[in-house]
Amino acid sequence: MTPASISAPDAAGRAPRVTLARTPDALTVRLGGSWRLGPGIPSPEPVYREIDALPPARIAFDARQVADWDSGLVAFISTVLRQAAERGIAVERSGLPDGVQRLLALAETVPERKTREAESRSSWLARVGTRALDTAASAREILRFLGEVIQALGRLFRGRARLRASDLAQIMQECGPNALPIVSLISFLVGLILAFMGAVQLQKFGAQIYVADMVAIAAAREMAGMMTAIVMAGRTGAAFAAQLGTMKVNEEIDALTTMGISPIDFLVLPRMIALVLMMPLLTIYALVVSIVGGGFVSIVLLGLDVGPYVQHTRHALTMHDIASGLFKASVFGVLVAVAGCLRGMESGRSAAAVGLAATSAVVTAIVMIIVAEGILTVVYNALGI
Amino acid sequence: MPSGSSAPAPVEVRGVTIAYGSFVVQRDLSFDVKPGEILVIMGGSGCGKSSLLRVMNGLVAPAAGDVLITGKSLWQTDDEGRQRLMQRFGMLYQMGALWSSMTLLENVALPLGEFTDLTPAQVREVAALKLALVGLAGFEDFSPSEISGGMRKRAGLARAMALDPDILYLDEPSAGLDPVSSRLLDDLILSLRDSLGCTVVIVTHELPSIFGIGDSAVYLDAETRTISARGNPKQLLEECRDPKVHAFLTRSQPGAAPS
Repeated sequence: MTPASISAPDAAGRAPRVTLARTPDALTVRLGGSWRLGPGIPSPEPVYREIDALPPARIAFDARQVADWDSGLVAFISTVLRQAAERGIAVERSGLPDGVQRLLALAETVPERKTREAESRSSWLARVGTRALDTAASAREILRFLGEVIQALGRLFRGRARLRASDLAQIMQECGPNALPIVSLISFLVGLILAFMGAVQLQKFGAQIYVADMVAIAAAREMAGMMTAIVMAGRTGAAFAAQLGTMKVNEEIDALTTMGISPIDFLVLPRMIALVLMMPLLTIYALVVSIVGGGFVSIVLLGLDVGPYVQHTRHALTMHDIASGLFKASVFGVLVAVAGCLRGMESGRSAAAVGLAATSAVVTAIVMIIVAEGILTVVYNALGI
Repeated sequence: MPSGSSAPAPVEVRGVTIAYGSFVVQRDLSFDVKPGEILVIMGGSGCGKSSLLRVMNGLVAPAAGDVLITGKSLWQTDDEGRQRLMQRFGMLYQMGALWSSMTLLENVALPLGEFTDLTPAQVREVAALKLALVGLAGFEDFSPSEISGGMRKRAGLARAMALDPDILYLDEPSAGLDPVSSRLLDDLILSLRDSLGCTVVIVTHELPSIFGIGDSAVYLDAETRTISARGNPKQLLEECRDPKVHAFLTRSQPGAAPS
């Protein structure tokens, strides 16, 4: 006989107890106290150690001292049973409370089902290959989506696309006028920052008045369009992806397809058109607000006069700058709409997947905006625009 | 191709295998749906019933096999040909799948406006009639979020019936409904079938529906991954020797009957 006792702490003094007692052929696990999940149950480690030290022919339980129990006791017993089964040791269950025996039997009636065909772990080379093929497939997916959108545009111009004017108006309202407050704030701050940064440098040459030129040109050519696009990516692109993703979860997109109505015509096209129409307008607005922001800094904080500032701004700003900025903005509008709609349409069918689609729409849009900005800047430069 | 003198069945499933990647859900399924009958696709959860329905209604391509709609191939044809066949289907989705940005009337009116030459006033008229048929008269201007689940199902049914389809697919129409609503929906399906004469394919595991309205049934087995029984549900209950089918139809433990 080698008695050993372990217990979990319990202030009430009715802590669950495990006492091990050996007879020549059996190991008896004596259980006592209150076995409840809440206060915690003892680790079965000591039982395993005892089994491993000298494997008994069989294991028996004695639960007469157990005051009360819940599934904590069942879990403890079932881990001991599994260990015993692995080591090929017979277990005598008759010493357990009836309820525990019934629960154990219940847990064992249904054998663990193999829910998936075993996926053999492939070599890293195969994994790299699969990943590369996946990437290629996703690139093809984007191209296919763009192709479908262009076809849908073709149908629209031939007057055959199924597009609801009321949907288009509502989406335009959402991504145009409703975005004005946030666009105002961002543009004002961008103008303000540009003016501050420029003023510090230009002051060294005594050329502070050129802050006006700098703000106007920078905002018109780059900042107004890009900041508006980034705001729209976070605001509207994510909304598009979430709307379309949710429609996918609700099988609304399937319902359109089975009705023979193209989801591209019906859902994607109005969103793209709305954003492409609204982006240049928002950009013009952002440009004006940026100039006001720059002017605010220059006039109120740097003490420049209003007259010369306005004059310089009007002198610096050419139609050329504005047009090239607006072209960029339109391109960004297409990109944001494509990213949002694409990610929404390829979203999975769960709440988590819709969240991922929205995130992915924003990331995709911002990456595409920056890449397009780079390409367009190089092209403008090469063409001398 | 019409074979002999008999007209081809409205729906023929020919050797269809459904797989997600390398995971085969069901393999080599073949059965016919006769004109005007209500066929029940039954089976335990996750056996691929809804996936089969998506293959039959043209949404998801099968890994192998084909579906013939009155003898015309649904999957060995181009997108346009498939689209033409799909216009003959009506489909009720599990949760109704009503377009959430539109009212009930607009939901039913949309397919009518798209595929008929009716005037807008006539479209409204017909759509209102369809809603009245499913007991939703007076709810025309409600949006899907303002009505109960059972009403959404009925509105979905009205939309599926909008164009008087030849073939009506219903994905678990009574799931999530109380017994009375579920019974009412079954009666509605029966009377719509009887009056409009369409062929109905229902995916369900509700026993009262299966026995109440099923003219014939196929049982998809999740383990053998194919059809393990077919026939009239009441006859299957009497005669089928497959213990799993028997257990399914009697709501008992599998293995209770001898295998």
